[in-house]
Amino acid sequence: MSGRGGELIKRHRLSTRIWHWTNAVTLLVMLMSGLMIFNAHPRLYWGEYGANYDAAWLEIGPVGNEGRLKIGSMVVETTGVLGRWEDQDGNIQRRAFPYWSTIPSRYSLSDARLWHLAFAWVLALGLLAYLLWSLFNGHLRRDIHITGREWRPSHIWHDVKEHARLRFPTGEATLRYNVLQKLAYAGVIFVLLPLVIVTGLAMSPGTDAWAHWITGVFGGRQTARSIHFIVAFALVAFFLVHIAMVVLAGPFNEVRSMITGRYRLPKEKGE
Amino acid sequence: MKRHELVLSRRKLLGAGALGAGGLLLSGCDRLNSSPGFRSLLSNAEDMHMGSQRLFNRNALAREYTEADMSPRFRANGNRGVTDAAYRQAFAGDFADWALVVDGAVSRPLQLPLAALQSMPQREQITRHDCVEGWSAIGKWQGPQLGRVLEMAGLLPSARYIVFHCADSFGSTPYYESIDLVDAFHPQTILAWRMNGQMLPEEHGAPVRARIERQLGYKHAKFVMRIEAREGISGLYGGKGGYWEDASDYAWYAGI
Repeated sequence: MSGRGGELIKRHRLSTRIWHWTNAVTLLVMLMSGLMIFNAHPRLYWGEYGANYDAAWLEIGPVGNEGRLKIGSMVVETTGVLGRWEDQDGNIQRRAFPYWSTIPSRYSLSDARLWHLAFAWVLALGLLAYLLWSLFNGHLRRDIHITGREWRPSHIWHDVKEHARLRFPTGEATLRYNVLQKLAYAGVIFVLLPLVIVTGLAMSPGTDAWAHWITGVFGGRQTARSIHFIVAFALVAFFLVHIAMVVLAGPFNEVRSMITGRYRLPKEKGE
Repeated sequence: MKRHELVLSRRKLLGAGALGAGGLLLSGCDRLNSSPGFRSLLSNAEDMHMGSQRLFNRNALAREYTEADMSPRFRANGNRGVTDAAYRQAFAGDFADWALVVDGAVSRPLQLPLAALQSMPQREQITRHDCVEGWSAIGKWQGPQLGRVLEMAGLLPSARYIVFHCADSFGSTPYYESIDLVDAFHPQTILAWRMNGQMLPEEHGAPVRARIERQLGYKHAKFVMRIEAREGISGLYGGKGGYWEDASDYAWYAGI
């Protein structure tokens, strides 16, 4: 019977489910309020300092009647979306990110900071609690730890090919994360989330006073701000792939397993 | 009517659903944003920022840099000039007849001419100025420590806050800022009258600008005319302790 698929089994622990949905809300708020904060100074720099007279490696803004995104020497016209767009009242705005992508929807740096800096605590304390709890209950060792066999390039390549053909495991094999899933989840939990939190802290002058090394590690406050922005978009990229995989794997079953914890094993071929 | 026109395609349905959900989310966030209850919930984080940072940074010094690290050009922000007649007159006379007022909850109110500030022991520091907007500039600042000035005036035990009253204003609302005594007596908190080796220019707050090195730029009051020691800040202007705090609900503690 086991391994055939079709039966409803326990999949995700309560701690995982609570953290998942807390994070879903928190990261969305962090992203949208963060885009509003970026709108206050839509330029990014490398190094310790950086302001209008200094060279920016990324800039979003209006040039004449166009919206433009500049990255290094590359210029992309983004009229209607970035740098020049129409707001909900039909007025032309010349801010970087449009109203539908920001919290609040109308320009307010102070309100965006209110949201961003409050939810930052939820993100940081949530990650800390989840990591400690997952270490304690064995989730990390059992489900996320990548074994020596899985690290082999041939194994990873095999998984890449299977994914590219949209050939997903069935039956009990679905209960174990494959190596690409493990890499994605470990990358988010151990690299992207800690990095986005630490680069956020590095921008705080109060933190910088007692922990010079945080900003020092990144080579300057403006570099930390740039990395913060890049990591935020890496998290967006993860989110898009994550949603695509959920849709491909059967959205009802996947979402149910993350809400109730119960998951129906996909039937094996030919059953 | 053809059959396929009657049937909403799945893509259209999904698209409409996403748009609808997005619209709900946006209007929901905006509604929360204007709810006083939700805002006060969020603003609890300010106490957590200040509490957690004071745990570690009470005596910590902001990073100091070398001349090689300085911004080639230091951006000026906020009010870059003052229209007030008394200020213009003092400015025209190189502030020779001007004096900084120190009063409020002090035992010896003072009037300190610029020359008096210049003859006090000086502190010179090259620090990074972080604007709330996100940019940073590194510059060299010089002036007496605020703590020394407050010791001269003799703070009364009731004093809890130091308020900077400024000559600039937005419309008819004057600029002001306030800090607590931890920052007031911090060794790097100086009344800067010199910047990058020259007299402080008007756009950067001549004749005197407060340097509150472990907080964001809007705390660094420019064009300081009067320093007032107070028991509380709730009775002053909008009651939130600073121009931007009153006008746009910026956090009073700007260490983050």
